[in-house]
Amino acid sequence: MGATVAQKILARASGKEAVKPGEYVMADIDLAMVHDSMGPVCEVLFRAGVDRVWDPDKIVCVLDHWNPPPTVRDAETYKFIRAAVKKLGIKHFYGQNAGVCHQVLIEKGHILPGMLVVGADSHTISYGALGAAASGIGHSEMAYVFTTGKLWFKVPETIKFIIEGSLPPRVSSKDVILSLAGKHSVEAAQYKAVEFAGTACNDMSIASRITMCNMAVEIGAKFAFFETDKKTTDYLRERTKNPYSAVAADSDAPYEAVYHEDVSGLEPQVAFPFSVDNVRPVSKAGDIKIHQALLSSCTNARLEDLRMAAEVMAGKKVHPDVRMLVIPASWEVYRDAVREGIMISLSESGAIICNAGCGPCMGGHMGLLASGEACIATINRNFKGRMGSPESELYLASPATVAASAITGRITDPRGL
Amino acid sequence: MIGKIKGRVWKFGDNVDTDVMTSGKYINLPMDELKSHAFEEVRPGFAQKASPGDMILAGRNFGCGSSRETAPAALKALGIGAVVAESFARIFYRNSIAIGLPAIVCPGAASLGNDGDEAEVNLADRKVINHTTGKVLDFQAFPDEMLRVLECGGIEPLLKQMKNA
Ligand code: SF4
Repeated sequence: MGATVAQKILARASGKEAVKPGEYVMADIDLAMVHDSMGPVCEVLFRAGVDRVWDPDKIVCVLDHWNPPPTVRDAETYKFIRAAVKKLGIKHFYGQNAGVCHQVLIEKGHILPGMLVVGADSHTISYGALGAAASGIGHSEMAYVFTTGKLWFKVPETIKFIIEGSLPPRVSSKDVILSLAGKHSVEAAQYKAVEFAGTACNDMSIASRITMCNMAVEIGAKFAFFETDKKTTDYLRERTKNPYSAVAADSDAPYEAVYHEDVSGLEPQVAFPFSVDNVRPVSKAGDIKIHQALLSSCTNARLEDLRMAAEVMAGKKVHPDVRMLVIPASWEVYRDAVREGIMISLSESGAIICNAGCGPCMGGHMGLLASGEACIATINRNFKGRMGSPESELYLASPATVAASAITGRITDPRGL
Repeated sequence: MIGKIKGRVWKFGDNVDTDVMTSGKYINLPMDELKSHAFEEVRPGFAQKASPGDMILAGRNFGCGSSRETAPAALKALGIGAVVAESFARIFYRNSIAIGLPAIVCPGAASLGNDGDEAEVNLADRKVINHTTGKVLDFQAFPDEMLRVLECGGIEPLLKQMKNA
């Protein structure tokens, strides 16, 4: 019997020949990611009297959630984190000019195929786009990893999505993952690993693959993987000199389920409040007025996303009742978009361009919602009160759909615009 | 061994996310303040009325969403002694154990009782008992790695113990 990608990586990291789903292993961590969570992680460490980490070269810290700090309290937290980074000798620290942690780790070449990565953030799973087994943990567990370099894992079952066909114009990987959530529910991959394969996946850019893996956690997944192919190796060549060996599933790997999908006729999708699986095709969205349109986050604010929004909005103006916010996923994306003329185009359409970071995605700052307001966003979650007032509403969609809706002031199909 | 947890039941449904436990707006507040906002959007008054030993009975996928550890930590700070659910979202489950709050996977949990019932979790015998209705459910043993953390009261005390060893 062969093994899945998750089994192979966990076996290697725990020094075993092979592991079976359901088995508990103690594994060596290849890389640990913290963002603003560095604050609480260090509080636990320092209260426990720990003043050395297992390997300062294997920790990456990115300040993104409250950057630059909107309140004095947040500024104090950042001051504490900067001091802790120095004290512990953390080698990879991105304090500013960086962006959302997940985008930064991928862009800066920290993520390699076959790695076992933990991050103190649920969307750490995004790194599976490059073939890494990556998963979110809380800050106490991260304190344990900082101290020992190890963590326990239950070896997951794996489910496989074989996605065929080619995506119609203005339909993107966000629509694919939203449709999977709608069809299979937020628990479809609970405790499980997900492998994405098929021609539609092969056709996806690395950016589009990140979107899919990022949202795999919204259907419950622990790890998500794309196959390592030429696109992956080309992407990595420009970003790192570190060696790696890609991990592929065996042809007789044991899958708990294999789902076949065809995306050739897929419509743009919208997740309605307050659950990511409350999904409808845009043609069945009805007449929904919006007050904010948000193009941001580790899910969908990379260059191709900004480019798509600019294309949809070219020559048109944001509806007077709508504020449209554009928050690039990283400083690199920001500058590339400026060079390409995307920013001037979006700005001429009336979009507000903000600095790279998390912004209002999880209710932090830079664009929260009042009661009775609705926002359509390219982010990954639409839980009650996530972006502000508990009486506000959040709709999730692709960059194209968000851009089209910003123009009309109502949830709108980008293909007709 | 950690013993019995006894108190009243707080009943929840399926897919309760961590944003409603501790909203992103508040997660930078000190725990003393933060805990007073727990569940305020879906169960106003919870934070004010929860008392030590109370437990949560929930359906499937409890604690889905963000990895924020403030979610189980706020419940623990309010005195919640255990969370018993049909199933948990993975990160919430790990975080609960990591802070020493027993998260118990128990098929049938959602129909074990209702708000205000007197109930008990017995970790040694691996039973959840509803004293109001007399109904009893069994649950499976924790794996050793988790038991070690729970017995220490969480990862922070465990790290202290390792440091002093
Ligand atoms: S962009 Fe949003 S989902 Fe991504 S790390 Fe930041 S807050 Fe979390």
